[in-house]
Amino acid sequence: MANYLVSLIVVTAIYALFSLGLNLQWGFTGLINFGHVASMALGAYTTVLLSSEGIPLIVAVPLGAVLAALLGIVIGFFTLRLREDYLSIVTIGVSEVIRLIALNEEWLTKGAFGVQSFPLPLQNFRPTLLSRLFMIAILTAIAVWAYGKIFCWIRQRYQKLNGSVDLTLVLVGLFALGGVVLYWVAASALYNFSQNPARNGLMLISVIFVAIAFWMLERLADSPWGRVLKAIREDEEVAKALGKNVFWYKQQSLMLGSAIAAVAGSLIAWQLTSVYPSTFEPLTTFYAWIIVVLGGSGNNAGTILGAIILWAYFEATRFLPNLTQALHSVFSFIPPAIDPAREGAFRLMLIGLLLMILMMMRPQGILGKKEELTLGR
Amino acid sequence: MVDNFASSDASDMNSQTVSQNSGTRVLGSPLLTANGLVKRFGGLVAVDNAAIEVPQGSITGLIGPNGAGKTTLFNLLSSFITPDAGQVLFDSNPIQNLPPHEIAHRGMVRTFQVARVLSRLSVLENMLLATQKQTGERFWNVWLRGKQIAKEERQQRDRALEILHSVGLAHKANDYAGGLSGGQRKLLEMGRALMTNPKLILLDEPAAGVNPTLINQICDRILTWNREGMTFLIIEHNMDVIMSLCDRVWVLAEGQNLAVGTPQEIQTNSQVLEAYLGN
Ligand SMILES: Nc1ncnc2c1ncn2[C@@H]1O[C@H](COP(=O)(O)OP(=O)(O)O)[C@@H](O)[C@H]1O
Ligand SMILES: [Mg+2]
Repeated sequence: MANYLVSLIVVTAIYALFSLGLNLQWGFTGLINFGHVASMALGAYTTVLLSSEGIPLIVAVPLGAVLAALLGIVIGFFTLRLREDYLSIVTIGVSEVIRLIALNEEWLTKGAFGVQSFPLPLQNFRPTLLSRLFMIAILTAIAVWAYGKIFCWIRQRYQKLNGSVDLTLVLVGLFALGGVVLYWVAASALYNFSQNPARNGLMLISVIFVAIAFWMLERLADSPWGRVLKAIREDEEVAKALGKNVFWYKQQSLMLGSAIAAVAGSLIAWQLTSVYPSTFEPLTTFYAWIIVVLGGSGNNAGTILGAIILWAYFEATRFLPNLTQALHSVFSFIPPAIDPAREGAFRLMLIGLLLMILMMMRPQGILGKKEELTLGR
Repeated sequence: MVDNFASSDASDMNSQTVSQNSGTRVLGSPLLTANGLVKRFGGLVAVDNAAIEVPQGSITGLIGPNGAGKTTLFNLLSSFITPDAGQVLFDSNPIQNLPPHEIAHRGMVRTFQVARVLSRLSVLENMLLATQKQTGERFWNVWLRGKQIAKEERQQRDRALEILHSVGLAHKANDYAGGLSGGQRKLLEMGRALMTNPKLILLDEPAAGVNPTLINQICDRILTWNREGMTFLIIEHNMDVIMSLCDRVWVLAEGQNLAVGTPQEIQTNSQVLEAYLGN
């Protein structure tokens, strides 16, 4: 169970990081990127191919990020001057092209066979007790920081609601409580680091990356730089009239968001310990969109919450077939377990349905601000 | 129509004194001059060899029937669209090939006919955005020059609140700009334009769709700022506004210059009356 939870923390953190990149582009700048997964693929392949050649990870990962940023700037160069829907069309096309290149250029990527047995970070790390305690201290610092933020948010919201409690508050509270369990699991994994160094190390790295990305993006969002991005999201003509180089700011947003996604790509390669082109299908981009919209566009904390909810949902519905099987043996009118392909489709359908319900009840997303919806243009 | 219209009529009004309801203004050398501007949209010639001149320190009016090409002329002056022909000089430098943000940097800022505010930013943030060349607008400075940024933000905040106060929006500073009424949006847009610290403000119909009390307030603001040295070019349909504010009025009809003169001259110009009535 603990192993399973550690893996779950890793995937959730990876998707949170990946979606934070999209949130910068869409939530803060209003750029419609339907090919976000292209950056993830670039990051993953660059990292594993270079590190297989003996290039250290600390060089390979930033190189992947730089490549993804360059791809972002090239796409931006050709589309950002055009009407805004061109970006969405071109990005989805480019992401498919990248995937097809990975599938067909077998000399480089080994095609559908995939890349395996590449170096993983910290896989040969056998920490002493002191180093393990140090790692636990880092984890604890992040947890304390996160809980500080959550606590402030809950208190503010509670005061704004004049002492009453709403669904969002309950939801956040529940997740915060669940987080204590996860913290315990993560800390004990670090304590028993050597049982599975690669996975436990990856867990710590992923959490640190999310924390750094969150901190950076929050700081940027509150800066004059972030204010320009938000202005572009609201009305780029105004930004232009007020002397902002809209094109260049959009490029910066594309670059940074892509670089973040590329780092998420390195992490997912390490998580899967093998890289296949099929990992980077457009569906992955849309998971990021679900996460961003679910949590509330333009809200970094919401994006992380969105990732947690999506993966909690995926994991909860994994046991759906077992459940229907069990129910079938009791109530024959309930259909027996469905095959895996249909089950996957069913889970997606269900999340689509849940999203629609959410959009009707809380169109601004879980942490989004309701007042913003009533504003005129 | 009149081919060398600008040179014949506009140049001899440099550094003259115009007497107006608003008092006596000493007009300086031209701050903005445009000549031979042409803009076609497909078959339609929206701006057809138009000229305009805005002397330093003036409030210059631009009027004309609907569809005359006034907004298009504004778009040309501010480089929001590129002219098919013609030249725009600002502060004696050609600017028609510069991108719009560069023009704002140089001190010419425009507003929009339908006021555009950044809805999901606060009124104060709308103002703060306007400041030119902020240290914190550069990505690396966010990381390297936090102190300087905080200092600038504090200064700009004070200045923004001062301007908001003068346009009567100080009490709305922390509200979403999207929650403002039409007239308040116009005021915010003007305040935001001033916040850029420009040399020239282009106002596209500042009084359109605004209730009479607010119109007075808007005119008051324009006059006060003008007295403090700001130059304005104003498109407006409301003749009372034009009469009470402008030193000089340019009339545009079907994309061409029809007349130029003091508000009184324009009001009695038979060609102008015909253009309005004929439409
Ligand atoms: N982007 C555009 N595309 C096509 N036609 C346009 C465009 N902008 C303006 N026009 C046309 O140009 C003419 C002048 O418009 P405009 O400058 O808005 O007039 P005004 O501001 O004087 O009322 C109108 O006939 C209008 O329909
Ligand atoms: Mg107009």
